Amino acid sequence: MRFSHRLHGKTIFLIALMATFGPLGDVFLRKGMKQIGAISNWHPSALLSAFERTFRSGPIWLGITSLLLFFVAYLLVLSWADYSYVQPASATGYLFVALLGYLLLGEVIPRMRWIGVLVICLGVLLVGGTPPRTTEEG
Amino acid sequence: MTAQDAISLAVIIFGGTGGELAVTHTMKQIGEVQNFTPANLLRVIGRAFGVGWMWLGLFLMAVSFFALLMLLSWENVSFVVPLTALSYVVGAFGGKFLLGEHIEARRWVGVMLVCLGVLLVCAS
Repeated sequence: MRFSHRLHGKTIFLIALMATFGPLGDVFLRKGMKQIGAISNWHPSALLSAFERTFRSGPIWLGITSLLLFFVAYLLVLSWADYSYVQPASATGYLFVALLGYLLLGEVIPRMRWIGVLVICLGVLLVGGTPPRTTEEG
Repeated sequence: MTAQDAISLAVIIFGGTGGELAVTHTMKQIGEVQNFTPANLLRVIGRAFGVGWMWLGLFLMAVSFFALLMLLSWENVSFVVPLTALSYVVGAFGGKFLLGEHIEARRWVGVMLVCLGVLLVCAS
């Protein structure tokens, strides 16, 4: 990994953007879908109407914009940093989503779910912290 | 977790993973991007859209996104998003059995922890 101090600051900044906009995007999507209501009618015309309402919803577009910003930051950072270096940001995302769900949407999160989320973060850290290429160059 | 939740989650995970595999396959066909000028990036994107796998990848990712929206219409985000970490489990098994990748012991421990975490979230 070629890395200078200048790149280091840029990397931290982009990882911070990823850690913020990824979870925020998911929270906005939930906010939008909550306003639209549970999709329970599977008739094509009802689905079409739900689809239409979804794409007229402000929070859904905020969510999509956040997720696009996350994706752009992710692609940019991957163009010079290793995947295993970026991976912890994705792992902490699971915790941030729960935290934002609790703080912004008032979701009730039982203790067991917090523990589960922490165990998932740890698991994702271990899964991702390995070289991205384990097969021979073809 | 209801059957409806489980089906949506499966579509999110398999659609997302399948989509990523198809897009990766496209980009490997195109080759490593070394020239990052906007004009060249546009050419690369243009070439990518000429590959059939790219369209399959985008279709699968779109299906996965709509399944996520549906699941989020029923369940809290603090429940749904942690469950999507199961994609790492699918990725590890897919890498091992479909692509013949070598998966280190440490990564299998991670896979088991993700499964345990998902069980705890489901039980909560």
